[in-house]
Amino acid sequence: MNDPVYDVAPWLVLLPLAWAGLAFVWGPGRGARLALAGTALQLLLALRLAAELLSLGGRRHAVGGWGAPLGIDLAVDGLSMTMLLLTQVVAFAVFIYARAYFTDRSADGDGHGARNHFWPLAGFLLAAMNALYLSADLFNLYVTLELLGLAAVGLVAAGGNAAQVSAALRYLLVSLLASGAYLLGVALIYGSYGTVALSALPLMSADAPLAVALAAALMGIALLLKTALFPFHFWLPPAHGGAPAPVSALLSALVVKATFYLFLRLGLGLFALLGEAIAWLPGLLGSAAIFWGSWQALRAQRLKMLVAYSTVAQLGYLFLIFPLLAPDGLALQAGVMQALSHGLAKAAMFMTAGVFLQVTGRDAVADLAGAAGRLPVTLFAFGLAGVTLMGLPPSGGFLAKWLLIDAALTQGQWGWAAVVIAGGLLTALYVFRVVRQAFASTEATPPLAPVPRTLEWTAFALAAASVLLGLRGMEVLHLLDVGAAS
Amino acid sequence: MSSGLVYAVVGVLLFVLGAAGMLLLPHLLRKILAFNLLGSGAFLTLVGLAQRDGSVDPVPHAMVLTGIVVAVAATALALALLRRLHALSGRTQLADESADE
Amino acid sequence: MNRALRAAVVLGAGLLAGLLVAAILALPVPAVRLPTLVAAHLPASGVTHPVTAVLLNFRGYDTLLEVAVLALALVGLLAQSPPRELMHAPSPGEPVLPLLARVLVPFLILSAGYLLWSGAHRPGGAFQAGAVLAAAAVVLHLARLWPAWDRPGRSLRLGLVGGLLLFLAVAAALLAGGTLLRFPPQLAGTLILLIEIGLTVSLGLLLAGLFLFLAEPRSLR
Repeated sequence: MNDPVYDVAPWLVLLPLAWAGLAFVWGPGRGARLALAGTALQLLLALRLAAELLSLGGRRHAVGGWGAPLGIDLAVDGLSMTMLLLTQVVAFAVFIYARAYFTDRSADGDGHGARNHFWPLAGFLLAAMNALYLSADLFNLYVTLELLGLAAVGLVAAGGNAAQVSAALRYLLVSLLASGAYLLGVALIYGSYGTVALSALPLMSADAPLAVALAAALMGIALLLKTALFPFHFWLPPAHGGAPAPVSALLSALVVKATFYLFLRLGLGLFALLGEAIAWLPGLLGSAAIFWGSWQALRAQRLKMLVAYSTVAQLGYLFLIFPLLAPDGLALQAGVMQALSHGLAKAAMFMTAGVFLQVTGRDAVADLAGAAGRLPVTLFAFGLAGVTLMGLPPSGGFLAKWLLIDAALTQGQWGWAAVVIAGGLLTALYVFRVVRQAFASTEATPPLAPVPRTLEWTAFALAAASVLLGLRGMEVLHLLDVGAAS
Repeated sequence: MSSGLVYAVVGVLLFVLGAAGMLLLPHLLRKILAFNLLGSGAFLTLVGLAQRDGSVDPVPHAMVLTGIVVAVAATALALALLRRLHALSGRTQLADESADE
Repeated sequence: MNRALRAAVVLGAGLLAGLLVAAILALPVPAVRLPTLVAAHLPASGVTHPVTAVLLNFRGYDTLLEVAVLALALVGLLAQSPPRELMHAPSPGEPVLPLLARVLVPFLILSAGYLLWSGAHRPGGAFQAGAVLAAAAVVLHLARLWPAWDRPGRSLRLGLVGGLLLFLAVAAALLAGGTLLRFPPQLAGTLILLIEIGLTVSLGLLLAGLFLFLAEPRSLR
């Protein structure tokens, strides 16, 4: 069903591309208000699209009017709509934060490069994610993946020191290797079926050609590399931990969710047969991610590295859903809720780390002593975000883990439930490590810069949202019931 | 074996060579070159497979044109990063070698 | 990287290569035949060359995103703020190269214009034309007739993303009228040519910029 006059979805791609380009033309460092206005408009359009979805069902938009397989189709269903909403909401909050953050007192590396080109790069990043969620064409998805990867790398590297540039290069090379593998997979699919449109491709069956199975493996590994699932996680901590706080927030909260979404989409749809056969593998790797990431977070010396390793761990929960996928939809709901609450909470956490860095000028966890007295709002925001990550009620993280444990117990797979619980305990350990340090008293009172209220309160808003999400969580998850357009 | 099939086989071999190169070669410039090899291999496979029965298919040609531009953009960014890393630190290899894939 | 890991990678690569070759040789004939679809809709596409039709009409959305990728790479490159003291000393000038460049570049520009125009009915189009223009700029620079580029001023910035913005404007206009990038058949040829002109200029500047923004910043004359 397609109401041509009011089709909202393509604007979600055109708008960010437009304001990214205009921000670039306007000049280095300019474009913040344009970005905020554009993102606000995108958020409104996304809400409108969600409303349309709930009343009219899944939407499909044939770009150029041609329709797959000749043309490219855009498609929205409940899953992509949820991710689109998360993206616009978090991006909007991070942009408000970033506008205040990138003033003259940027403490990360050479703030000028980061500040001067943040807005165009962020616009391209947002366009890439929106385009990815909307696309229903495998080759088009390749282009969106490249747009996403290059934007992310550009943001990590902007104005950075040697460590940041090195991290960005590593990220880029991993990303390019992955994209290349994905592209080869697309080539094999095209060679097998003569099309790359998801709606025209037959679901993988037992007698599919070997090329299709290889394509599934190539594309799966590519997306796992991009989503930093253990053991492909090595590029993430330096990149996310070294970038300026708003960039880290965007990357950890949103970028890795986009590639995870694609992995999920292909694993549930086109390659479901293979996905079900080896579902234990993502589960196993996810468990390893939870333990390894939490362990490294406990040992991390710098606050942002701690938060980055926390991302590695929390991404593991997303992959635990694969061995538990069932018609009752519990595991899928758990995965989406985890993605949403982690997105909100992790963005908030990086934002608080940015505040600590700006105010104290130091990055080490040990240097947080005394922060409780001076930065109560920020610390409270960190704590709230931690509540979600730990999975305490009533947060969204709690709902996600509850659903996950429910799914595990329903299917008698106790092992995964144990992993979830253990993960929660480990998360508590590293969250409390930070909180305890912040409450430690200190003799020295280093001179503190005044904190812009914007920074603290945007972080707080996102953290509070991640906690409150649990209260309304089941209603949000109803959106998932909207299936794809026929 | 048709010419398209030959191209496709050569394409996957180039792809594997490029991937192995990206993983095994320590010098960053060589990794970037290996990436180009990998990309060219994928493009060759795409076009070769589509014309393995002798017919001409314009869609993979257009896809490869798009892909080439994307690869050029990525290579340019990678080279810029490499230049910057070298200017800042004199290094041409990533610090932790075992972490490169 | 230790020996065991290297050996594993080599072994894995060999295995992958074998599987891929086997898979390719075992492929059956595909079900969907896109060339027939392309040929059937070619008259309504506004151009007569099938590849250009796919690139700018049937799969024009890919092209839009791809131009964004290229612009993005340039912005990412500019965000590096390259230091001034980079680069070895330039080699001493020689008489042949500047002379050759002066003769060659006008032909290159002319060729670019021809490639752009002919893209509608034979291999060619905006990308090829833009690449030739960029090559002309690089030749001029290598012949020491054009200095490297410093931070771009507003007009250069506009030129760099102008093609993308024009493409977006056309897309938005068409979207407001109905479907994204749906060219009305009578206007398709003109709109595509318009977009391609914008793209040629921008792509030429972008590709040239990828080289010239990184080249030695001092004027070489």
